[in-house]
Amino acid sequence: MAKTNIVAKTGNEAMADAMRQINPDVVAAYPITPATEIVQIFSGYVADGLVKTEFVPVESEHSAMSACIGASAAGGRAMTGTSSQGLALMAEMLYVASGLRLPIVLADVNRALSSPINIHCDHSDTMMLKESGWIQIFSENAQEGYDNMIQAVRIAEKARLPVIVTTDGFIISHGMERIEILSDEDVKNFVGEYKPEQYLLNSAAPITIGALDLPDYYFEHRRQAAEAMKEAKSIILDISKEYGQKFGRSYGLFEEYKLSDAELVIVAMGSTAGTTKVVVDELRASGVKAGLLKPRVFRPFPKDEIASALKGAKAIAVLDRSDSMNGNEGPVCLEVKAALYDKGLAKPVVDYIFGLGGREIRLQDVEMVYNDLASMLKGKTFDKVNYMGVRE
Amino acid sequence: MMANLKELAKQKELFTGGHRACAGCGTVMIARQVLMASGPDTVVVSATGCLEVVSTIFPFTAWNVPFLHSAFENSGATVSGVEALYKSWVRQGKINKKINFIAFGGDGGTYDIGLQSLSGAMERGHNILYVCYNNEAYMNTGVQRSGATPKGADTSTAPVGKVKKGKEQYRKDLTAIMVAHGIPYAAQSIAGNWRDLTSKVEKALAIEGPKFINVFQPCRLGWAYPPELTCEMGRLAADTCTWPLYEVVNGQYKITYKPKEKKPIAEWMKLQGRFRHLLKPENKALLDELQNKTDKNWEALLKKEAAI
Ligand SMILES: Cc1ncc(C[n+]2csc(CCOP(=O)(O)OP(=O)(O)O)c2C)c(N)n1
Repeated sequence: MAKTNIVAKTGNEAMADAMRQINPDVVAAYPITPATEIVQIFSGYVADGLVKTEFVPVESEHSAMSACIGASAAGGRAMTGTSSQGLALMAEMLYVASGLRLPIVLADVNRALSSPINIHCDHSDTMMLKESGWIQIFSENAQEGYDNMIQAVRIAEKARLPVIVTTDGFIISHGMERIEILSDEDVKNFVGEYKPEQYLLNSAAPITIGALDLPDYYFEHRRQAAEAMKEAKSIILDISKEYGQKFGRSYGLFEEYKLSDAELVIVAMGSTAGTTKVVVDELRASGVKAGLLKPRVFRPFPKDEIASALKGAKAIAVLDRSDSMNGNEGPVCLEVKAALYDKGLAKPVVDYIFGLGGREIRLQDVEMVYNDLASMLKGKTFDKVNYMGVRE
Repeated sequence: MMANLKELAKQKELFTGGHRACAGCGTVMIARQVLMASGPDTVVVSATGCLEVVSTIFPFTAWNVPFLHSAFENSGATVSGVEALYKSWVRQGKINKKINFIAFGGDGGTYDIGLQSLSGAMERGHNILYVCYNNEAYMNTGVQRSGATPKGADTSTAPVGKVKKGKEQYRKDLTAIMVAHGIPYAAQSIAGNWRDLTSKVEKALAIEGPKFINVFQPCRLGWAYPPELTCEMGRLAADTCTWPLYEVVNGQYKITYKPKEKKPIAEWMKLQGRFRHLLKPENKALLDELQNKTDKNWEALLKKEAAI
């Protein structure tokens, strides 16, 4: 088994370290809490000559993504990190990156969107861009953030789609954890060399990137990107498996925690999944068949696999750390319900919008959700969407 | 180093015919001449706008050099990323030939929405040349006013009406703003004087660091004049001193063309639809004001040159 180094690091430190080991050609970024530290630490590595990276301290996130697009189209590995308003400002360019099929990797430290302005965690920034054609991988803790970041490089390049890796703002980004860091050599070998087929710096074979598509071609190009997103699923699985074989930490499209015989199931992403695991353990100790499904890959959404994994559940609660404000469920719940419907699984599913703007979610809150599920089975009815932890 | 027409004509076309520009378009003339001066080892980035739209209709392209378009407001930032990769690769020993990095943007994508990303790129000192093809309005969307539109011009969002006489503000002096960034080379040139433009591009590309050339680009559609007059229209802009040709090398001004006889701006305006109203007797005061402003600008420029 590969040599690992056990250290205490915050999520941001772990992400910066992953970036150092990946050693991308170009990093372009603009500061925003709580993501700032990632590139701040990274720029220290640049200053110390520890990486070959050209660091471009741009004047906005829009320009950060634009510069990443330039660097990636030119033939290099390009990365950035941001959060909330920064991701929103990048939105236009995120669509350009995926449309041009550029394998850019972005660390998004999840934070609420304005307004009101708030710097704390929820998932509304990433969710806003769930239709942007970026692969989205969520992390439960700093270890996963680190591991996901390293895998993201390979995933992006194989799928020819850009990848967002998220960590929860402050909860993961600023919380100190025990994590296992791989050796520089192992990461270098795992990510390998990037060899683009066609790229701008190859002036001997000039290509035009970003041409105008009229009605005669646009649809075909979007269709190809959609197909690439579909195919990304198996690419993510292959690369995750390889990572597991080499380094001992295995990942799939989602994690099943005591799910196989579970009757009361919570679906939760990010750090909340960790909190939920503690409650599942407690409930299991008292004989309650509780379980957790933790989506890791939100885009592409592994609907068939998730529906199959939920087959045995008697009642399901989805925890949504963002609100779609659509007069309907939150984004994760909608996906889960659609997945169940397509498999003909008409199960009781209830949505809990929680934790907006960094509102804490406690063990008791999760326990209450399991209690709700239990009483649901006994015939009690619930609203389709519930707001948990808000003063109303 | 000065460009020689015979030599230029012998080169492989780096910007080819067959694009979809309007007859008499100054933009494509500028792109072709800029590439003649830069040679094939050039990567071009373009903002959204007429140039990109007419030259890259999939599956065709008019570019025989690597070309990237990503959006409207970010030519400066996009080319920064391309150049950053080049620097990284030079450091890694992955590339050693010299490559020129040239970004194009229209006046809308440069003076207005793209100013932030352009300014950022200039401030960070990337080794790039930014060329603004300045047709003094948003032409791709149908002649709306921009920050480069001159006072008094008739545009679709600052039209001449019963109480208003076209655009009410003077255009912003973007070349001066670029000079204020302290970049090693900034210049104004014109479609219609190939020697001036190609020499300036050659000169700019020989200098390390961020460079800016603001190229005046008559637009036959937006300005409403016959297509065969594009070059003449450019030269008249220089002869009337409404668009002086000069360069600023490390802060030092040099006027590269001084008309033997400075013509009144009305001579240039009367050929264009967008100024038609200014030539009516009732608008004489405005025309005089514009002439006065042009004279003052020209004198100020002469003083800047003399100040060396
Ligand atoms: C689009 C976006 N990017 C980044 C931020 C994060 N941000 C908030 S304040 C700030 C720095 C402000 O610096 P400055 O304008 O110099 O004012 P100062 O804080 O020094 O008073 C940043 C980067 C944001 N709110 N929105």
